[in-house]
This record gives sequence, structure tokens and C-alpha cells, in this order.
Amino acid sequence: MRVTPRLVVYGLFMLALAMVPTLAQVLAEPFLVTLFTRMIILAVAAVSLNLILGYGGMVSFGHAVYLGIGGYTVGILAEHGTTNGFVQWPLAIGISALYATVVGAICLRTRGVYFIMITLAFAQLVYFVGVGLYAYGGDDGLTIYTRSDFAGLIRMSHKPSFYYLCFAILCIEILIIHRIVHSRFGLVIRASKSNDRRANAIGIPTFRYRLAAFVIAGSFCGLAGAMLATQADYISPAVMHWTRSGDLIVSVVLGGMGSLFGPAVGTIVFLLLEEVLSSLTEYWQLVFGPMLLLLVLFAKRGIDGLLPGGDRG
Amino acid sequence: MAEPILATRGLIKRFGGLVATDQIDLDVAAGSVHALIGPNGAGKTTLIGQLSGEIRPDSGSIRLEGRDITAAPVHKRCRLGLARSFQITSIFPDFTARENVAMAVQSRLGHSFRFWRRAKSDPARTGPADALLAEVGLEDRGNMPAAALSHGEHRQLEIAMALATAPRLLLLDEPMAGMGVEESVRMVETLQRLKGRISILLVEHDMDAVFALADRITVLVYGRAIATGTPAEIRANQEVRAAYLGADEEEG
Repeated sequence: MRVTPRLVVYGLFMLALAMVPTLAQVLAEPFLVTLFTRMIILAVAAVSLNLILGYGGMVSFGHAVYLGIGGYTVGILAEHGTTNGFVQWPLAIGISALYATVVGAICLRTRGVYFIMITLAFAQLVYFVGVGLYAYGGDDGLTIYTRSDFAGLIRMSHKPSFYYLCFAILCIEILIIHRIVHSRFGLVIRASKSNDRRANAIGIPTFRYRLAAFVIAGSFCGLAGAMLATQADYISPAVMHWTRSGDLIVSVVLGGMGSLFGPAVGTIVFLLLEEVLSSLTEYWQLVFGPMLLLLVLFAKRGIDGLLPGGDRG
Repeated sequence: MAEPILATRGLIKRFGGLVATDQIDLDVAAGSVHALIGPNGAGKTTLIGQLSGEIRPDSGSIRLEGRDITAAPVHKRCRLGLARSFQITSIFPDFTARENVAMAVQSRLGHSFRFWRRAKSDPARTGPADALLAEVGLEDRGNMPAAALSHGEHRQLEIAMALATAPRLLLLDEPMAGMGVEESVRMVETLQRLKGRISILLVEHDMDAVFALADRITVLVYGRAIATGTPAEIRANQEVRAAYLGADEEEG
């Protein structure tokens, strides 16, 4: 890997994230750790979406559904007394993968706007199932009274420890996605985005690879869901509302589709802007909307595209 | 005659009231260049679509080396040795020329559920890709984005991609379309070199190229094969002259 200015910026960005708990302590602002933990968790979700959206050209408008699936897996297990994280989290991933396999097998037969609509429809379906889960709080959500516990290896209730757990997961995820998009599998996904008909004509059955990518992305986002519920000690259908899926897309587009670190940066910039702008005005979206519009119009590759440093790939 | 590499029997495809493919029995002899000609709207592209698997025929059968492939999906046919080029250039525009060919090489190297190893520098992919680029005269274009190549180079690149799948039969849908004279000559040379090694089914409007390359010619008019024969036989055929060659002069 060549060291480009872009890479240096991303390196500094990750370093800054690594310093957040220390910084919070120095500034005596413990709230920062909580805020950034949430950002990192949503970054995990956005980075997972980027695999299919940025590299695979699959505009899933239902990606937040996995936040709900992962979150409810943790919440419902906790409700029934299973608080072992080694059971909860892998199960959150597994159920998300299962959902992605079934839904992906249906959605990936469509293209373009139809794909967007059908992924949205499935996500809304699950959203309303969540709303109807009266046994688990329905609309009001489900409070998780006992936090996931990883056999005492990680102090889950210690905010900096939990922060570093989330940060480590983000780093591992970015590494895995990096390996995937440069592997034979990743090239097939990108070839399918570039020209699916051609990919089939040279003998590559793209459907199964696209489905596999869809499942990998869903699994990572399911993990993010488990993390999100654990951090908040709470899960409600609101996390899988379609506007949350929209937020994830915005984060990816803002950071740069098909760039490795872009979506993580995009998520954090997005949430910071939300934090800052909403403290200034109730109508912060009125300011944020045009900003996003300008970015999409003039910097098609998002923040990543604004950084110098040659080609990607 | 030995078993044909490709044989269709009673192939029919209707679009509403239009019979685009009407009872086509086509035999492509192994090792030959078989040209498919006919005026616009004769159903050539529909026929190619059925042979490559993108269009499902309403009835009839397609055999590749004796094996029934009528219901096989596109990628499976490619694995069985049937490669194609498209009438309108179809490449991976955001990949480099080398990566375009390397993807086709990769498809031949077994499944792609390989998630970890870096693929771009893998000599198992790039070695054959570079050799094929050289074979079609694009050896100095390997690192260029495919979108930046000229039209003629795109067509050559498509040939290289098709060859990378180690085909037994090439379906070429108007490989010379939109080419300048020089580029056409180069394409004819490329195809001459392949002749004998790989069977070719060629759809082409450029009659000079067709008569220079083809061992046999089938003439398609309104979805029907009105004549099949050697270039000399086709030239002499009255029905063909009336239906097609005469009209061709008018088209200019």
C-alpha cells in the first residue's frame, strides 16, 4: 500500500478516535465517550453498508433493519435471562445473516429502483413486527436490565473499556472489508456493479456472490445492532425505521461510496454535524440538507473524493 | 460430417405476433467460421441471445458439442465453452484493460469464494491476461482504464475477454460494427489467427469481412434461414440476392 496524503488523513482520523477516552478525561467531558461510542457503532453499520452499496452497487434502503434484529436478539435473550455475550452477539450475527439470506435471495432478483423499494418494504415489515411485539415493549421498546457479559473479560459497564471494544470491532471490520474487496470475491462484486451482464457472459454466476456480499454486510450490521442495544441498555423499533436506513446511506455517500474509511468518516461527520447544528437550531436539517446536496453535486465521491492521494482500488 | 460444435433444431422465438426466430436449424461445424447474415430486423441478435442464454426460446433445442444447453443459464454455457462478444461494447469500464481480461481468466480458475488473498497481483490471473492482451495487440494498454481505450481497442479487448474463458465456440455479434477501415482489417487479422483453433459463429454486416473469413454462411430473413452454403453458393443464390444483397447496395 502506497502512503498517500489520503492515507495519512485516515491514519490521523483513526488515531484521533483511539484518543477519545483520554481526551474526554482531560477535558472532563465523560459525555464525549458515550457520544463517540454511539458514533463508532453506527460507523460499523455504515462500513458494512458500503460493502454492498459502494462496492457492489446494491442500494439497500433497509440496512437499519439489522440494527433492530441484532438489538432485539440481545434484548430478548437478556429478558429471558441469557446475558452471556458469547451467546448473544454471535446469535445476533447469525439471525441477521439468516434474514439477509432469505431477503437477499428475493431482493437481488430485482435491480435499480425495484431493489431499493423491495429492501425498504422488507425493512418496514420488520419494523412493524417490532412495533407489534407487545411482549417486548412494542412501540415503547425494551429495556435491557442486565448488560451482555463476556465471561468478565471486558468491563462492559466501564465506558472507556466498552468504547475500546467498539473501536476494535470497527478496526477489525475495516480490515476484513479491505481484504474482501481486494480478493477474488471482491473483484466479482465490483465487476457485477460495473457490468453484471458481462460478468455473467464470462462465466461468473454473479447472483450467488452478490447474495454472499449482502449476507456479510447484514451480519456486520447485526453485530452493530447488538453493540447499539448493549450501549443504550435499550432497544426499540425506532432504530430500524426507514429514516435510520436513510441516515446510513447518507453517511456512506457523505464519506465516499466504495472507499474503505470514507463511510466511517462520513458517519462521524454526519453525527457531529447533527450534534452541533441541532444545538444551534431546531431546524438543523434545513442547514444540513443543502450541505449534503452541495456535496453530492460537487463532490460525487464524498469526503474521500476531496482528499488528495491518487486513485482508489 | 463429424458432430457439429453447435446445433439448433426447430428453434422458435415469438415476441407477441412477431416471429423473430422461425424454425431455425443451424449447424456450426467444429473448427469452422460460420457467418450469419441478413438485413436489419432479420432476427440475428435474437438468435445470438438464445444461443448465449440471455433469451429463452419458445421451443426447439440447442446443443453444444452434443450436449443439450437449451435451459442452461448464461454463465453455465460460458463454462461449457461458449463465449460471446456483444453488438454494443460490453466491458468493465472502470477496470483496467488487464483487469477486464483477468476477470474472465478468474472465472475459469474455479469459484470465486476466496475472500482473503489479494487478487490483482495474482499471477494465475494476470499471466494469462497479459498473454491474451498481447495476442489482440493491446499489450501496451494493460494499465489503462478500459473506458479510456478507443472503440476499435474495446472490440479487441472483448475478443481477449472471450478468449480468456477458453472457449470452444465464439459468438461474435458484429465485431466490426462502427470500426474504421484500419481497425476492421486488424480485427479480420485477429479472427484469421483464431480460425481453425476455435469455432466461430459470426454475425456481421461487413460483407468483405464475411466473405474473407467464413467457411459457411447462413442467410436470415424475417427470422427464417433462407439459405445456407459456402460463400460462393450464397453469392450465386438468387433468393439471397433478391432478399439481401440487393438491399445491401441500397443501404450503401
